[in-house]
Amino acid sequence: MSKMISYELKDTPIHKLTGFTKLFFFLIWCITSALTFDTRVLAVMLLIGVTIFIISKTKWKQVSGVFKAVMFFMVVNLTCIFLFAPEQGCLIYDSRTVLFHIAGRYYVTAEQLFYEMNVMMKYFTVIPSVFVFIVTTDPSEFASSLNGVGVPYTISYAVAISLRYIPDIQDEFHKIKNAQEARGIEMSRKASVLSRIKSTASIIFPLLFISMDRINVVSNAMELRGFGKKKQRTWYRKRALSKADYSVIALSLFFCIASMIITYHDGNRFYNPFIG
Amino acid sequence: MEPIISFRDYSFRYRSQKEPTLKNINLDIYPGEKILIAGQSGSGKSTLAHCMNALIPCSFAGDVSGTLKVAGADPAAEGVFGMSKTVGTVLQDTDGQFIGLTVAEDIAFALENDAVPQDELIKKVQAAAQTVEMTEYLDKSPAELSGGQKQRVSLGGVMVDDVKILLFDEPLANLDPATGKNTISLMEGIMHKKDVTVVIIEHRLEDVLYEHVDRVIVMGEGEIVADMKPDDLLCSDILIKHGIREPLYVTALKHAGCTIRPEDRPDHIDHFNTEPYKEKLKEWFSAMPRKERVKSTEEVLKVKNLTFSYDDTRTVLKDVSFTVNKGEVIALVGKNGAGKSTLASLICGFYKPDAGDIYLNGSDISVLSIAERGERIGYVMQSPNQMISKPMISEEVGLGLTVRNVPEEEVTERVNDTLRICGLYPYRNWPVGALSFGQKKRVSIASILVMKPDILIMDEPTAGQDYAHYTEIMEFIKDLRDRMDLTIIMITHDMHLMLEYTDRALVLCDGQLLTDSTPAEVLSDDKISERAYLKKTSLYDLSVKCDIYPPTDFIDRFISYERSHRGEGGAHV
Repeated sequence: MSKMISYELKDTPIHKLTGFTKLFFFLIWCITSALTFDTRVLAVMLLIGVTIFIISKTKWKQVSGVFKAVMFFMVVNLTCIFLFAPEQGCLIYDSRTVLFHIAGRYYVTAEQLFYEMNVMMKYFTVIPSVFVFIVTTDPSEFASSLNGVGVPYTISYAVAISLRYIPDIQDEFHKIKNAQEARGIEMSRKASVLSRIKSTASIIFPLLFISMDRINVVSNAMELRGFGKKKQRTWYRKRALSKADYSVIALSLFFCIASMIITYHDGNRFYNPFIG
Repeated sequence: MEPIISFRDYSFRYRSQKEPTLKNINLDIYPGEKILIAGQSGSGKSTLAHCMNALIPCSFAGDVSGTLKVAGADPAAEGVFGMSKTVGTVLQDTDGQFIGLTVAEDIAFALENDAVPQDELIKKVQAAAQTVEMTEYLDKSPAELSGGQKQRVSLGGVMVDDVKILLFDEPLANLDPATGKNTISLMEGIMHKKDVTVVIIEHRLEDVLYEHVDRVIVMGEGEIVADMKPDDLLCSDILIKHGIREPLYVTALKHAGCTIRPEDRPDHIDHFNTEPYKEKLKEWFSAMPRKERVKSTEEVLKVKNLTFSYDDTRTVLKDVSFTVNKGEVIALVGKNGAGKSTLASLICGFYKPDAGDIYLNGSDISVLSIAERGERIGYVMQSPNQMISKPMISEEVGLGLTVRNVPEEEVTERVNDTLRICGLYPYRNWPVGALSFGQKKRVSIASILVMKPDILIMDEPTAGQDYAHYTEIMEFIKDLRDRMDLTIIMITHDMHLMLEYTDRALVLCDGQLLTDSTPAEVLSDDKISERAYLKKTSLYDLSVKCDIYPPTDFIDRFISYERSHRGEGGAHV
C-alpha cells in the first residue's frame, strides 16, 4: 500500500519559507532547467538541488515510490531518444567520436552519450525540487499564498481541499479493491492486461458513486459555513513574507538570470566540450 | 416568551416528488429548550431540520407554503449563509463535514469565509476549541482523530459564530456507544455554559435520553404525531406505532404487562421509580422459560495467536485466538481502531499476519489467495454502494461466478436460486438503481451468497438504518442463517444488534481479545463495557433495581421473549 508523497511538518529552514516563495523558486528552477542545456549550469543546479533536499530533512522513504516511477520514465525517455535519434548528439555538438557499433544505423558515440547525460541531469535537477516543494509546503498555507498573489480563493482552495480528501479516497479505493478481489475479480499480475482493465471498472464505479455522495455532503457542509459568499476570505494559516523569503526570491531570480547569461552568451544553449 | 423557532401551517414538497414531505406543520420551540425530533427514515424529520438552516428551500428546491420564523427571520430570505450565523448545524457524516486540513483550520473555516482578520481568528478558534475540549489537538489532521473527536471539531466549527440554535442531524449514527454517550453529555455541558437552544434529529431515543430532554417531537409521514414530554411519551404507544425503538427497560416492563405512569419519571433508568412495577416484572421473569440454544460443536474457523502490525511500529493485533463453530452468529465489537476491521481483513486474506495461523474447517488457509478465500469466506462491506458495479441485479449477483468461468447455465441457475432465497427474484431484471437501500443491501449479500461460502463476514450491516430497516435487514440475515446453515461474523457498534441477534461476542480492545462470552454477559459488565467503549444495557440496571438476579439471566429471557414475539400483533414494525 504505497501512499502518495504528501506534506509533512518538520522544523527546517525550508519549511519556514512561505508557500509562495517555494512556488516561485520551484517555477524559476523548472524554467531554468528547461531552457538550459549547459552542463556546467546543470551540474551546479544538481548540487544545489541535492543540498536543498538534505536541508529539508526529507526522508528517502517519503519519496522513494514516486522516485522509482520517475526513473522508469527517464529510462524509457533516454532509450527512445537513442532509438529514434541515435545521431542527435553528433548533430548538436557538430562532431562524431564513434565508440563502438551496435547494429545497422546504431553507433554509440561520445557525443550522443554526453547529450543523453545532459537530459538525465535535467531530470535530476528537477526531481529533488519537486519532492521538496511537495513535502515541505503546507497545502492550506500554499492556497493562501496563491490567493495572496491574485488567484481567486475558490480556485486556490480547491488545491487544499483535494489534498484533504485524497487520503480518504485512497482508503476507500483499497477497501473496495479488497472486497472485489474476494469476490474473485483478479487484480494481480496473474490476470491479463485486458481483463485487469475490465475489472478496474468494478472498483471505479462504486468508488465514483461513493465519491459523488461524499461531494454532496462536503459541498453542503461548505455552504452551511459560508464558503463562497464573500469576495474575499482570510486564512488561518496565512504567513507574511519574511526576510528569508525575500532573499530566496531575489537569489533565485539572480540565479536564473546568471544561468541564462552563461548558457546563451555564445548564442547556443549547449555547452560543447568536443570543440575547443 | 417568544418562540425562537416557529412553524405555522408549514408544508414543503420537493420538486422531484409528487407528495409533500412536510404537511401542515405547527411547531414552536422556545429559547433554551432541548428538543428531540424522532421518526423513521422518510418521516420528514431531516427535511424539518433542513428548513431551519435554510438548506430548504435554498439548496433543495421545492414548494413551500405557510410561514417559518427562526430567531425572528425568514430562513428562505436569509439564505444558507445568513442562517448559519444563527443556526449551527452539525451533520451526521463526521468525515464529510471535516473540511480543513487540521483541527484549527476546520474550526476557523466559517470565520475565514467571513473574512475575519487573522489575529481575531486565532483567538476565536482557541475559545471554541476550549468549549469542545479539543485544545490539545489543534494541529492534528482528520486522519489522526476518532469519529467522536471529529464531531467535536464540527461542533467547534459552528460555535465560533455565536449561534443561538445548535442543530444536530443524527449525531449518534457513526459513533460507538460510549462516544455517543459523551456527545450527549457534551451537548448538555454546552447548554449550561452557553445560551443556546438545542435541536437533535435522531431515532435512537434511549441514547439521547441519557441526558434530560425537554420535549420529544415524533414525526410520521410528514406530520407531527406527538409533541410531548419524554415521560408522557414513554407511557404511550406512539413510539411503537411509528417505528421508533423504546428504551429497552420500558419495553421489558410493557412485556411484563405493566402500565407505566408518567409520574414515576421513566425517561431515565437512574431516577425511574420502578417500585410499583417490581412484582409484576418478577412474576414475568420467573414465568418465562429459559431456552438453551442447541450449540453446534463442529468447529468451522479457528484463529490462533494472530499478530499483525501495519509498519512494524504499531501493533494492531496481538496474540488473538478464538474459535467459531458452525452456525454461530458472532459479534465482533470494540471501539474504533481496536482492530476489528484488521482482524476481518486478515481472515479474508487482504493482509498477511506477522505471526499466527487461521484454519478453516481444520485446514490452514495461509496458502490461499484472496479470491480463493473469497469463495469460502464471504465479505460484505458496510454500504452496498461500495460493492455494486453492474447495472442489472442478476449480473451483479452473478459476477463472482462469471469471473470464475462457471458455465453460463449454472450461473443462471445459482443466481436464480440465490435471488429466490433473498426475496429478490421478482426484481432479477431490474436495474440496481431502482432499488431501495435495504434491497441493495440484499443484492450485495446475495452477490456473496451465490458463491456458497461457509462463513459470512459483515461490516456494520445496519449502520445508519432506522429501527424498521434495521429489523428488516437483521431478520433477513437471521433467516438466511437458519436456512443456509451459515456461520456469520458481524462487526458492529450496535449493542441492540449484538444482544438480539448474536450468540457470542468477541470484544477487542487495543488489539487484544478482551473477552469472548455471551452478549448479555458483556453488556452487564461495567469494566469490559468501559474498556471496549460499549455501554451497559439498561436491562441490566432494570433487573438490579427490581432485585432480579442474575441480571444476565433476565437479559437472556427478555431477548428470547423478543425473538419469539417478533412480528406478532404489531409489537414491532
